[in-house]
Amino acid sequence: MNVTPPTAPYLRQANQSVDGLMRQVIYALLPGTLVMLWYFGWGIVTNLVMGIGFALLLEASMLRLRAKALSLFLQDYSVVVTAWLLALALPAFAPWWLLLIAMVFAVVIAKHLYGGLGQNPFNPAMVGYAAVLVSFPLEMTRWVAPLDLSFMHISLSESLQAVGATLNQTRWDAITLATPLDTVKTALFSGHTLPLSEAQHLLSAAGLSTEMINLAFLAGGLWLWYRRVISWHIPLALLLALTLSAAVFWLWDAQHYPSPLFHLLSGGTMLTAFFIATDPVSASTTPVGKLLYAAGIGLFTYLIRTWGAYPDAFAFAVIIMNMAVPLLDAYTRPRVYGH
Amino acid sequence: MIKAWQWLQQLIGEHSASFGSIIPPNDHKALSNQQPVRRLRPSAGDELILPLQQHRGDKPKLNVRPGDYVYKGQMLAHADTANSAKNTRCVPLHASTSGTITTIADRPIAHPSGLNDTCVILQADGLDQYGADGLMPALANYTELDSACLRQRIRDAGIVGLGGAVFPAAIKLAVNPQRPVDTLIINGAECEPYITCDDVLMRDKAAEILAGAQIMLHILQADDDPAADSITRRCLLGVEANKPQAISSLRAALAPLDDPRLEVVVVPTQYPAGGEKQLIHALTGKEVPTGGRPADKGIICHNVATARAIYRAVVLGEPLISRYVTLTGAGVAQPGNVDVPLGLRVGALLGATPPDAQLIMGGPMMGLTLHSAQIPVVKATNCILVNPLSAKPAALPCIRCGQCAQHCPAGLLPQQLYWYAQARDFAKAERHALFDCIECGCCAYVCPSHIPLVDYYRFAKAEIQSQRTAKAKAEHARKRHDFHQERLERAQRERTERLAKHKQKAQSHNSGQQQDAIQAALARAKAKKAQQQLQAKASTRNDQEPTA
Repeated sequence: MNVTPPTAPYLRQANQSVDGLMRQVIYALLPGTLVMLWYFGWGIVTNLVMGIGFALLLEASMLRLRAKALSLFLQDYSVVVTAWLLALALPAFAPWWLLLIAMVFAVVIAKHLYGGLGQNPFNPAMVGYAAVLVSFPLEMTRWVAPLDLSFMHISLSESLQAVGATLNQTRWDAITLATPLDTVKTALFSGHTLPLSEAQHLLSAAGLSTEMINLAFLAGGLWLWYRRVISWHIPLALLLALTLSAAVFWLWDAQHYPSPLFHLLSGGTMLTAFFIATDPVSASTTPVGKLLYAAGIGLFTYLIRTWGAYPDAFAFAVIIMNMAVPLLDAYTRPRVYGH
Repeated sequence: MIKAWQWLQQLIGEHSASFGSIIPPNDHKALSNQQPVRRLRPSAGDELILPLQQHRGDKPKLNVRPGDYVYKGQMLAHADTANSAKNTRCVPLHASTSGTITTIADRPIAHPSGLNDTCVILQADGLDQYGADGLMPALANYTELDSACLRQRIRDAGIVGLGGAVFPAAIKLAVNPQRPVDTLIINGAECEPYITCDDVLMRDKAAEILAGAQIMLHILQADDDPAADSITRRCLLGVEANKPQAISSLRAALAPLDDPRLEVVVVPTQYPAGGEKQLIHALTGKEVPTGGRPADKGIICHNVATARAIYRAVVLGEPLISRYVTLTGAGVAQPGNVDVPLGLRVGALLGATPPDAQLIMGGPMMGLTLHSAQIPVVKATNCILVNPLSAKPAALPCIRCGQCAQHCPAGLLPQQLYWYAQARDFAKAERHALFDCIECGCCAYVCPSHIPLVDYYRFAKAEIQSQRTAKAKAEHARKRHDFHQERLERAQRERTERLAKHKQKAQSHNSGQQQDAIQAALARAKAKKAQQQLQAKASTRNDQEPTA
C-alpha cells in the first residue's frame, strides 16, 4: 500500500498533477480547434482522431517496450497534447500515412528514444512537424481553402478519400488555396511588391480565417496564463520579438514587408506562442532564460518566414531554440537569497 | 535608472521582492485555536522522559543518579563550561516536576532515523513542588544588571529557541561588539498550517512576551561600548495577518508600556513567512548573506515563546520546564493547546488515537514523523499533528514546469537540484546553492509530478556532509602520516648526523692527539739530536786539545 510519505512535507497542493496541467492545455486548445473546425470541417476531425489514435498506440507500445507502467503514464495526457498540437499544425485532410510518420517522429523518436516524459530536449510535436515538412513538401503545403461551415462543402466521403490518399489531383487543385503566408512569400520571391494592400489582406477570406484562428488560440492561451499553467514570459517575449523584427522592416519598406499585425495573426503564431513554445520540458526554466528562449523563437520565425524556403517557420525556430536551452538555463540562474 | 532596473528585475521575477512562497487554501488553525489552553500537570506515578540533549549543541553533564529525589525546577544536568569556550553551545536540563529519578537510560527520541538517546527517567510524585533551590533568585531589577549576568541566567534556565531550532538563546544574544545589533525581531509569524501554540501564547501572554523583548533589548544595549555613539534599537514583532486576536492582544499589552522601541508588524499570510530569513526580509528588506548569521546584518531573531521564557527566567527565576504544544489533526479527540511539562509522553497527551494515524511532531510542511507515541515532549515540540495515513500518488518524471522555482523562498532552482541529487552530481548541486535550501517543502507541495523533492535535497546534503567528513578525516590521517613519516626521517637524520659528528669529533680528537704526539716526538728527537751534536762537538774539541 502506498502510504503518506514518512517525511515532510505531508501536505500537497490539491488538484495539482501532470494530467491536470495537460487537461487544462487541452481545454485551452478548444476555442482554436472549434474555429478551425468551422473553416476546415472534416479535415480537422480526421487529423485529430487519427493523430491522437496513432499517438496513443505508439505511446502504449513504447511504454510496453520500455517496461513502464501503462496505466500511470497513459493517464498523464502528455501524448494527447503532443498529438493534438501536431494534428492542428499539419494541413487539414492530411493523409493517414503523413499523420502516422509525423506521430512516429514525435512520440517514438523525439519523446521515448530520449527517455520519455520530461526527458526530451526537443519539442516532440515540432520534431514530428519538421520531419514531415522536409520529407513531404507537397502534402505539407496543401492547405484546403478555408470556407465558412466547411462541413457543408467537403463531404465526409470526400474527406475520407483525401485521408486515404485516394483523392485525385484535380479535386485537390480545386479545393486548395495558398495560405496568406505563401501568397506573400511567392510574391516577394518573384520580385513583386505585396500583392494586396494591408487592409485587403486582413479582410480577404484566407486572411480572415487565419486571423480568427489565431485570435481563438490567443483567447485559449490567455486563459492558460490566467490559470497559471503558463507564465507570461514566453508568449510575451515571442510575440514582442516577432512584432519588433517585423516592424523594423515594415517601417523601412512597407511595399515588400508585411506589417507586424499580419505576422501576429498569420500561420501558427498564437498556437506556437501560447501552446508550443511553452512546453515546459523543452523550454528554458529560468525567468530570463524564458525571455531569451522565446525572443529567439520570435526572431528566427521572422527570419525564416521572410527569407527561408518554408511556408511557416515555427517548427525550425522552436527546435533551434530548444538546442540553446541547456546553455540558457546555465547562464540565467536567478539570484539566490543571500547571494 | 537603478530603480527602473530593479523594477524590471522584479517584474521578470529575478528580484528579491519576488522570492516565492505558497498560500495553502486552508491553514487548519481554527481546529486548535478556539479552545482555552489546558494546563497539564503530571499526576503521581507518571513517568517523565527527559532527553539530555534537547538543544542544538553539546550534551550537558548529569548531576543526578538513579534513586535521587528531585524537586521541580532542579538542575538534572549542567552545562559544562569549565573546559570549553565561554560560548559553549550547552544548556542545562531541569526537572519538570518533583519525583524520583528511576533510571538513566537510552530511550527513543524524536529523530528522523528513530534513534535512541540518553534520557533521565523521572517518576512524578504528584506534588509538583519546588524545592528550596528549585527557583533561581528573581532578577526583577534586571535593568541594573549587565548583559553577561543576564545571559548567564538565560543559559542557566535552559532556554533555547522554542520556534523549533532549539539553538541556545544566550549565545544568540551574545553579539559581536564590532557589529552591534540594532534590530531585534520577535517571530510570531507561525506560518505553518495547523500549528497555533504561538498564536494562543500571544493572545494569553502578550505582556510576558513584550517584557521578554524588553529584557533582550536591555541585554543588547548593555553590551554597547560607552565611548561609541549609542545606536537606536528597535524591536519588531512580526505576526501573520491571519492572527487578528494575537495582534490586538499584543497591541493592547504594548499601549501601557509606552515603549517606542517596540512595534507590532503584520506580515502577509503566506508560507514560509515565519522562516527566519524570510521574516527578516519581510520586516527589514535585508537579506542574511549565505553562510552568515542575521547578526551580520545587525539583526537577531527570537521566537515569541523564547521571549516569554526569558521573561520568566529573569524576572521570576523559573527555568524552562514546560511549553505550549498544539494538539491537532483529524486523529485528535480533543484538539487544542496544552501547557505541558517537558518529558510527558506524546501518547499521554493524545489519549486514544486511530490505529492508522500518522503522528507528526511539528507541522505538516516540516514536521517529523514519530514512530512511537512513547516519545516525550521536548523543548522543540511545538505541535503534535495526527492525521490519517492517506494514499500517496505515484511520482511521475519531472516535466520542468518550474512551479517549484516559482515558489522557492530561497530563489533556488529546485528542479535542477533534484536532477543533480538524482544523478549524484553533488558538486553541481552545491554550485546551485543546495545548502541555501531551508527544506520548507514549498517545492514538493506544488510539484505536479508529486516528486518528494525535499527528500532528494536531504539525501544530497547528507551525502555531501559525509563526504566532507570522510575527506576531512582522510586529510587528517594523511597529515598525521606525513608528520609521522617526517618525524621518523628527522629522527633518523638526526641520529646519522649525531653519529657522524661524534665520529668526526672522535677522529679530529684522535688525530689532534697523534699530531701532538708526533710533534712532541719530533721535538724530543730534535732536542736529542741537538744534544748529541753538542756532545759530539764538545768531545771533538776535547780530543783536539790534547793533540795541540
